[in-house]
Amino acid sequence: MPTVHAPTREAGADHRPATPPVIRAGGRRISRAWPYLLIAPAVAGGVFLLLYPLLRAALISFQHFRMGELIRGGAAFIGLDNYRELLAAGEFWAVVLRTFVWTAINVVLIVGISTGIALMLVRLGRRMRTALMSVLALVWATPIIAATTVFQWLFQSRLGIVNWLLVRVGFDSFEGYSWFANGTTMFGVLVVLVVWQSVPFAALTLYAGLTTIPVELYESARLDGAGGWQVFRQITFPILRPMFALITSLEVIWVFKCFPQIWVLSQGGPDGATTTLPVYAFKIARALHRYDLGSAVAILTVVILTVALVGNLRRMLKQEGADT
Amino acid sequence: MRPRRIALNTAALAVLAVMIFPVYWMVVTSFKSATDIQSETPTLWPAHPTIEHFATAVGADGFWTFWRNSLIVTGGAVLIALVVSLLAAFAVARMRWKGRGPFIVAVFAAQMAPWEALLVPMFIIARDSDLLDSLAMLTGVYFTITMPFTIVTLRGFLAAIPVEIEEAALVDGCTRSAAFRRVIFPLLAPGLMATSLFGFITAWNEFAFVNVLIIKDQDRRTLPVWLSSFRDVFGADWGATMAAATLFALPVLIVFLFLQRRVGTGMVAGAVKG
Repeated sequence: MPTVHAPTREAGADHRPATPPVIRAGGRRISRAWPYLLIAPAVAGGVFLLLYPLLRAALISFQHFRMGELIRGGAAFIGLDNYRELLAAGEFWAVVLRTFVWTAINVVLIVGISTGIALMLVRLGRRMRTALMSVLALVWATPIIAATTVFQWLFQSRLGIVNWLLVRVGFDSFEGYSWFANGTTMFGVLVVLVVWQSVPFAALTLYAGLTTIPVELYESARLDGAGGWQVFRQITFPILRPMFALITSLEVIWVFKCFPQIWVLSQGGPDGATTTLPVYAFKIARALHRYDLGSAVAILTVVILTVALVGNLRRMLKQEGADT
Repeated sequence: MRPRRIALNTAALAVLAVMIFPVYWMVVTSFKSATDIQSETPTLWPAHPTIEHFATAVGADGFWTFWRNSLIVTGGAVLIALVVSLLAAFAVARMRWKGRGPFIVAVFAAQMAPWEALLVPMFIIARDSDLLDSLAMLTGVYFTITMPFTIVTLRGFLAAIPVEIEEAALVDGCTRSAAFRRVIFPLLAPGLMATSLFGFITAWNEFAFVNVLIIKDQDRRTLPVWLSSFRDVFGADWGATMAAATLFALPVLIVFLFLQRRVGTGMVAGAVKG
């Protein structure tokens, strides 16, 4: 068992000032133990608060674990029964489908809008660019719950500014319209909220990528008579393909597992119209005390996300190989 | 070329206005008088500016308790994550050892871990170990959530510092820890700032786990939970709610805008690296 007091050990090595900064395996005994002492606290944290909960969820998903077991303990092993129950329920599949639709709509909008803003940033003058970038940073930094609360206010039925604007523009049917009472409009408001919150990161990252493309490439393409769209397709996109892939997969993961916005605005309602997988897992655990079923949903969420994650991980490892 | 420039700038202004509007509306509403908020035609600017809503928000039951809880949990998580990650990042960036590859893979995987899927097991673990309603458990969870990103980013910054600088310091008679303190640490400052800001935002924002782990002892709640239940606190008083939201967002906005340039690139570098 590695000790968690790595820092003190590290300090103990100070008496040997001649130690080279790069410590290779095969050095003195103490230097071989060093890296493991240094990572010990990180490993301990990851094992106790990430790996263990994950394994625990897996275990519970194979048990009969409800209110009674939570209080008394002694949950019985019931094999795949929870998964069978889950997969047999029409509701589960509706939730899975809804989660995919939710993820697809959001990610397409986020990546599309961010690309537009990033391309715009490159072309803007210095002052305008700084202004827009500051605003993006401001939105990026706005805490999720603060933003969620603001959106409740923006879309209020009676005094909300959105309805007022729509009526002013001529859509009289929005007079006192209740956005949160209808499943589709609730879904729409959540999409607007999540897209608004996610665009800044994606746009600023893509912009940073765009600035690395040499200007000469564009110039020669222009000389060859390429139009704006052609330049994007032939030069910009191929060069930034890895970055687009990274951003898309990050956004897929973030949107897929998005929880607080949905929970605060709608609690998955009305009528389950905004219940995605994480909300579903939480709902059946918390409201129905079906911890076993909730854990099974959690495990399936992890499995689905892992598929999205594998490509990402592979790319990182490749980068890793190029680095070292 | 002229009309294109104008069109571009107009489009940029439109984007800017749409993006900033929710934040702007939050701040403006919090300064409006109750009658202005209730008026049928909203004004873009508070006609009768007032700070009464801020007084209501600050005077609300438990505001300072939740503020303190948030600060303790966030500060604790960020500090622990920085120390622990710095040690691990140093091992990864500067040493060769068996298992280094798998460790890096594990860190990358952890960075993308679906934390929201772990709400149920985390609740049961906390309950079994008598850690429900405990700020320590919350701090631990936030520390673990921010750690992978912190390790990856700090490692990137460490790797960018040439070993020769450190060697030169050692040759000049520095001890190893003095070399770290005087040479590496200052060069690492932007990285430390970027990662602690990221950790700060994550922990300050966190809502799902505090919602699950703090059940009975309402005095242990943090600001996000308090704010999300504003209906219980303020009813339909939107002025006070927006004032509370503004107060909640303020620390992050200030720090972020203050460090924006440096941190922006740091965050992007971290994100691009993984």
